[in-house]
Amino acid sequence: MDIDKIESILATDCGSTTTKAILIEKRDGEFRLIVRGEAPTTVEAPVEDVTKGVLNAVAEVQELAGRQILNDAQTDLIKPRDKAGRGVDLYVSTSSAGGGLQMMVTGVVKTMSGESATRAALGAGAIVMDVMATNDGRLPHQKIQRIRHLRPDMILLSGGVDGGTTSHVTELAEIIAAASPKARLGIGYELPVLYAGNKDAAALVKERLQGKVALDFTENLRPTLEKENLMPARHKIQQLFLEHVMSHAPGYPNLMKMTDVDIMPTPGTVGDIMQLISRRKGLTVVGVDIGGATTDVFSVFQGIYNKSVSANYGMSYSISNVFAEAGLENIMRWVPFAMDERDLRNRVKNKMIRPTTIPSLLEELMVEQACAREALRLSFDQHRALAVGLKGIQQERTIGDVFDQTMTGQTLVNLKDLNMLIGSGGVLSHAPRRQQSAMMMIDAFLPEGITQLTVDSIFMMPQLGVLAKVHEQAALSVFDKDCLIYLGTCISPTGVLKDGAVALEATITMPDGSTVKKTCKFGDLEVVPLPVGQTARARLKPTYGLDMGNGDGVAIEAEVHGGVVGLIFDTRGRPLNLPTDDGERIKKLQSWNAALNLYPKN
Amino acid sequence: MASAYTPGLKIVGKTRFEKDRKLPMKGNVHVKKGDRITAEMVVASTHLPGNVTPMNVANILGCEPKEISDFMVKKQGDQLKKGEVIAETPGLWGFFKTQVQAAITGTLENVSTVTGQVILREPPIPVEVHGYVDGEVAEVYPDEGIRVATFGTFIQGIFGIGGEVVAPLKMVAKGPSDVLDAANILPEHKGKIVVGGSLVTAPALAKAIEVGVKGVIVGGYDAFDLKEFLGYDLGVAITGTEDKGITLVVTEGFGKINMAKKTFDLLASHEGKKTSINGATQIRAGVIRPEVVIPLEGVKEADLGGGVNMGMKPGTLVRIIRQPKFGAVAKVASLPEKPAHIPTEAKVRTVEIELLDSGERMILPRANVEIIEE
Repeated sequence: MDIDKIESILATDCGSTTTKAILIEKRDGEFRLIVRGEAPTTVEAPVEDVTKGVLNAVAEVQELAGRQILNDAQTDLIKPRDKAGRGVDLYVSTSSAGGGLQMMVTGVVKTMSGESATRAALGAGAIVMDVMATNDGRLPHQKIQRIRHLRPDMILLSGGVDGGTTSHVTELAEIIAAASPKARLGIGYELPVLYAGNKDAAALVKERLQGKVALDFTENLRPTLEKENLMPARHKIQQLFLEHVMSHAPGYPNLMKMTDVDIMPTPGTVGDIMQLISRRKGLTVVGVDIGGATTDVFSVFQGIYNKSVSANYGMSYSISNVFAEAGLENIMRWVPFAMDERDLRNRVKNKMIRPTTIPSLLEELMVEQACAREALRLSFDQHRALAVGLKGIQQERTIGDVFDQTMTGQTLVNLKDLNMLIGSGGVLSHAPRRQQSAMMMIDAFLPEGITQLTVDSIFMMPQLGVLAKVHEQAALSVFDKDCLIYLGTCISPTGVLKDGAVALEATITMPDGSTVKKTCKFGDLEVVPLPVGQTARARLKPTYGLDMGNGDGVAIEAEVHGGVVGLIFDTRGRPLNLPTDDGERIKKLQSWNAALNLYPKN
Repeated sequence: MASAYTPGLKIVGKTRFEKDRKLPMKGNVHVKKGDRITAEMVVASTHLPGNVTPMNVANILGCEPKEISDFMVKKQGDQLKKGEVIAETPGLWGFFKTQVQAAITGTLENVSTVTGQVILREPPIPVEVHGYVDGEVAEVYPDEGIRVATFGTFIQGIFGIGGEVVAPLKMVAKGPSDVLDAANILPEHKGKIVVGGSLVTAPALAKAIEVGVKGVIVGGYDAFDLKEFLGYDLGVAITGTEDKGITLVVTEGFGKINMAKKTFDLLASHEGKKTSINGATQIRAGVIRPEVVIPLEGVKEADLGGGVNMGMKPGTLVRIIRQPKFGAVAKVASLPEKPAHIPTEAKVRTVEIELLDSGERMILPRANVEIIEE
């Protein structure tokens, strides 16, 4: 395939419920998104062939684009483009249909090889159903029961540093053998088990599992305590996903024939594009994709990429779980009106059992956005717990570190260092007002210092992620010009003052040279408009007791970026404390909503 | 003419109902294609591998794992009785022996000289699959199970609790808006599937379990009561395995919602008939809804109505499935071609409906109505 000759690209993402197709074409020397189409995913009965949904989505694309992409029988793509300009040059696809890749991982020590194995599986785009470790407190028969009950798509068996003890990881292999696990996808299918542990135990593991499962081997993902080596395991997982899981899913063998590169698990590709953006732009990034069933969080701090999948936090199928985990009070704290508990519980459960419905009344929208804030917060908490440095390693300490009592395994996520927050998924991408997306992200993530806020306009990051594998330039061009919507910049000092006290003095030099001076009071939210594409110079002097990143009360100067919302001065403090009295809380929420023009007035 | 695809839950008076009855793993099928079967009949059976119990023999004997094969009295594949000696040390002049006794009755499956662990497996667990409905074997899946088929009434619920239950149907509510309270549940309802109207209260459900009611079919159920009933806040709608002594099928949703008149009338017309219900719900990819099946004698293919109505067009009967007017039945007045703004300011595909009871017209998102399949 000659990359330079590619001018027309089709990319699809086969989700659990919807298959999304985008058409990207080279126009005036640059790649741009032309149209987007979608159709219901057809993995389930009665169709049971994923290609049908893909062809339907492409049919919508060709209708909207006004040119032919499918053959006359509508059964395949025309590829490459013919002389009449029909068809596309390149076709790529991702998939999370049928619940994605569900894995179980094992390690000897839960917080060491167990965590490394979790990171390897998550990085490959899997949902981790359980982490089993020698020291996880469960008895062997409980572990065996658990494996039999979960029926994962794949098991990642790891544990032990190279040259270390072999007995623990062998015991894990024995437990898997005793469980004789059956995969989700039917009777005749052998469960893939990938071994990525102590290389000295490989033969022992082979002896115990050969013939009972589809066993495969790769390099140790934790060869020494001080080193993680996740890439070989990640690549192998993706390969096994294609060979075993995908090839058993209805219609996938045909889809695999249609695509020019391997089909990838959706969350893996979103992570790839985030890493690419972080690398290319030199930014620290946190990205979130909030779906109906799951919420994925991605981060790149200190050049280290981390990803977490919160399998049961989402806005439709999992909304009731968000409610159960967050608790009534945490949901209610974001609702700007009084509400009866029974009524709220019934509304949330009704959304769960009828996941495709949408809020048509304003108060219903507010309740859903309250749930979204909590789903995002919970998912981010999980991400912070996972995105940590290696635990159990020896740290070299100098005399300067004597008073610095940091432990190993601290979270890498430092909000003061965060440059850009990227939101994606229906509730953020399709919020009626962009201010609502900005506010949901601010309330959930509580960014500190200066943070640029963006949302994925139509959720096309999965397709761009897989496209970046073959055509990075096209993927980056579309990402910059059509994918991201710049909401603005959030300016938020940390610390707490008394309500109404002066919190921040800001002097903003606008692009036209004019100056805007602002005095922000503690407990308030304010917006200064600054359009998309424009930057301003800001001098921000927090009051003593608050910190903008340079220390208590120390001023900072920085470039701030505009957006459809503008510059958001959030001087509500970090941590953010909402009034405990319901009446006062509602009054406060209403004043913030008014400041950001969040909802229609009546 | 404008139309839209919004499938709803099936409520069908006469239909051909088919269902796979499969074993969790390969086994024996006891019936053949064309056989008449009853709901209670065992149609396939197998044995699941028994549970395993690992025993760390090296630890108990106080020896190195690699030494345990020297001390094993029983070998791989041997049948064992609970308490039987499986390993022992020689001791000193025949005295002071340390013994390891089998913790369960079963088979010695594996001896590991790396971990010192011995795996014992309990005898296989028999698994039987029943017919579930009275009907005919439409297809046999060799070694796996069958597909049962029957003619009768089929009603899909929206949410349920508990597994398969077969019992006679008993109308307790007089109308679709009646609330099923504890006072309505009587001792003679024992062994029956009772039908309520708009709501089953928590005391009513508790009383039903107490008197031995097998199942409840009702329009609405309070989410708060569900939490109390299960003992936890249900996070993800995957149900069917609860062991609460009763199966619940909710036809409309959470809260007090009148049972659709059509559903209520259908159930009422079959009072006393043998009915199969299943509360199993899975609202994920591969959605499973709870169901009510009432096999009917003498119904033939020719008696069935047309195909499933998948399209919405002016005149189609729909049910509103979200506020405002949640649960109300209406008919489609028009289907505007272009997306329009709704009160949240979102721009979505809409439908104009006319409420059946008041004649009031409203514009709603298409996603918030479902077709009442006739």
